[in-house]
Amino acid sequence: MAKILMKGNEAIAEAAIRAGCDGYFGYPITPQTELLEYMSKRMPELGRAFVQGESEVASINMVLGAAAVGKRAMTSSSSPGISLKQEGISYLAGNELPAVIVNIMRGGPGLGNVQPSQSDYFQATKGGGHGDYFPIVLAPSTVQEAIDLTILAFELADKYRNPAMILGDGSIGQIMEPVELPEVEPKPPAKPWALTGCKGREKNIIRSLYLLAGPLEARNIILQKKYREIEAHEQRHAEFMLEGAEIIIVAYGTVGRVAQTAIAKARDEGIPVGLFRPITLYPYPKDAMSSRTDQAKVFLVLEMSAGQMLEDVQLAVQGKVPVEFQGWLGGRVPTPSEVTEKIEEMAKKYVK
Amino acid sequence: MPEGKVVFARPEALEETSTHYCPGCTHGIIHRLIAEVIDELGIREKTVGIAPVGCAVLAYHYFNFDTAEAAHGRAPAVATGMKRVTPDNVIFTYQGDGDLAAIGTAEIVHAASRGENITVIFVNNAVFGMTGGQMAPTTLPGQVTTSTPTGRDVKLAGYPVKVSEILSQTTGAAYIVRRTVSQPKYIRSCKKAIKTAFQTQLAGLGFSLVEILSTCSTNWGMSPIEALKWLEENMIPYYPLGDYKVIDEVKALP
Repeated sequence: MAKILMKGNEAIAEAAIRAGCDGYFGYPITPQTELLEYMSKRMPELGRAFVQGESEVASINMVLGAAAVGKRAMTSSSSPGISLKQEGISYLAGNELPAVIVNIMRGGPGLGNVQPSQSDYFQATKGGGHGDYFPIVLAPSTVQEAIDLTILAFELADKYRNPAMILGDGSIGQIMEPVELPEVEPKPPAKPWALTGCKGREKNIIRSLYLLAGPLEARNIILQKKYREIEAHEQRHAEFMLEGAEIIIVAYGTVGRVAQTAIAKARDEGIPVGLFRPITLYPYPKDAMSSRTDQAKVFLVLEMSAGQMLEDVQLAVQGKVPVEFQGWLGGRVPTPSEVTEKIEEMAKKYVK
Repeated sequence: MPEGKVVFARPEALEETSTHYCPGCTHGIIHRLIAEVIDELGIREKTVGIAPVGCAVLAYHYFNFDTAEAAHGRAPAVATGMKRVTPDNVIFTYQGDGDLAAIGTAEIVHAASRGENITVIFVNNAVFGMTGGQMAPTTLPGQVTTSTPTGRDVKLAGYPVKVSEILSQTTGAAYIVRRTVSQPKYIRSCKKAIKTAFQTQLAGLGFSLVEILSTCSTNWGMSPIEALKWLEENMIPYYPLGDYKVIDEVKALP
């Protein structure tokens, strides 16, 4: 198949269309706006629903409505907008409704800036809104991977009746790369729970309200069981030069790519370093990471944040080897030479 | 024995169950009217209702058709998402004045402005019911509530929001009327309006809303009969009953 040049945001939009997205509901915010613009043109052409909502809050609740009637629905935004969507994401999780949410992260807190950042990791992976729940979180590091993970996000959302989030940084949204757009034959599962009108069956109710503690606890136990199942079956990661690596870099998204360049250079210098790149941030690929503690002298976590994924690495490594960290803040993207310097520092400290 | 003829029965669209509503509450009447209209229009099997946050959150226990719950104020957005992807179904929201006129003002104004082909049943009882009688945007000047203990002081708390008047100014709205259920004659008129609102949607004419002045005797601290009297003497003068916007295509409906 011929490759074409596409911007990350537009590629995610096209992937969603190919995955059978029936309804897109969004609100403009940099650096994800091209996604909304692409949808505004293509969805009506295909006879599918597109609404530019009056707010992020309204848009996520439109997604909830479309999901509740059994359709594949999606929204996209960037950090401050995702904060507003947390209400709806919590309700999606509580109602067990499948939906795809794209967060093309920018610098924060507050209005921050529009530069690439990874500082929404906690918000994305630890629930984000109120209540005990987890969205499935997928982190692409190239435009091609953004396409593939968007298609996967729709599949996983339907499979587990759970919101799924694409967590990309501003670079992933804005960069242009050659990609292959796969032909997809969407096969959403039957949704007997959907609000399609009660013709020929008992009425369906979609709700998250359980007034008494007993029934709400029972409801939460069902949700928790589902999350354990997701954790058991959906952990994903990629490896680069991990064979024989004594310094294991853990980085996702754009930082993972920058690290690869630095790792290749360090390997040329004879430093035993490799990359463990999480693809699912929830469920965190902790099993594969834990299995690497025997070979590692140190884990080095690199993030465009003040150290958020760091905590998940510490939990996976369980104190068996040291975990070091370097972060870049405020929308600054690390250069390969900055990573190389850090690798050399780690080699001096840990590799004899 | 002579064969009897059924002249009055529970609508199929209403479950055979008792409600949690307080004695004297008018939600029960309004639920019944909606159910009767849905039966009469023969649309029960393609109707999806959306319950609000507030006293009517449990409406899905009482209606006998598919129903969802929305976050506080978001029902018009949820309805928009539903209607856009299943346009052949009948989608309506059931919202109180805290839900619709406070936290949900953005959603209702824009759903109306977009001319979303949905129906809204708006129950205005001038108070937050479920949380125990706090001031709502629709609380009247001077009205005592648990958060305006000396009466609503408009210098501090502003003026009541007149939803039908505001929404009648949106170009996208097709049918905006205010009714009440305080007397049988008003109940009959209210049912007719609810029917017209659903017919507006079935004809694809756009956004329809029926505002219904309602009582909350518990939180008003009155007997049910006193509450109905208070509604007529205080609410109707501030919120006049009437048709606020009816486009010609709706007037022409059979």
